[in-house]
Amino acid sequence: MSELKDRIKETIEREPVVAFVKGTHLQAYCGNSERAMQALRSVGASFVAVDVLPDPAIRQELSALSNWPTIPQVFIRGELVGGADIVQELAATGELESKLDEKLGVEWRNGGEERTIALTERENPFRLAR
Amino acid sequence: MTAPIEELLRRAFPEARELAVQDRTGGGDHFQVTVVSPRFNGLSLVDQHRLVYDALAAPMEDGTIHELRISTRGEQ
Repeated sequence: MSELKDRIKETIEREPVVAFVKGTHLQAYCGNSERAMQALRSVGASFVAVDVLPDPAIRQELSALSNWPTIPQVFIRGELVGGADIVQELAATGELESKLDEKLGVEWRNGGEERTIALTERENPFRLAR
Repeated sequence: MTAPIEELLRRAFPEARELAVQDRTGGGDHFQVTVVSPRFNGLSLVDQHRLVYDALAAPMEDGTIHELRISTRGEQ
């Protein structure tokens, strides 16, 4: 297993809610990434974003790991919850909140700060945001 | 050009009760697909969408589909 794959796996397992997106939490460079992050925000869920753009290997390794071909990808407590369409649908029906309760307990409702983290040295998450 | 996409979906989901492909932007590479099939019963949305992605793997791979929006449900 490559080091990058390990880092992706660790991130998915460590962070309660993680969104792999094109861009950062501050600025999405893809409408679907924006839709997924907005859906999380709409229920008050804070999340960690990972920008896949700086290194194509992130996306390749992630998709191999998750068996999901597109970006964005949202994970809650290690489980792939979906891409933009599913996360948006679940937010609209109230199922996203149920899923967060089920996976994280009520803690997530206390909120938290959004941030973007780097997985590779090639990556500077704030490069695009300036 | 929605016909080739629809054809792939019809082949993958011959039992579908509802199947629609929409060119979202008119540019021929942003699509919205809707599939309603009893095959989705009992599957998570993630697994339902995986079946659609599988059916459209070729046009996604070669760039014919630049963006895909998916809406699926089982039969009520």
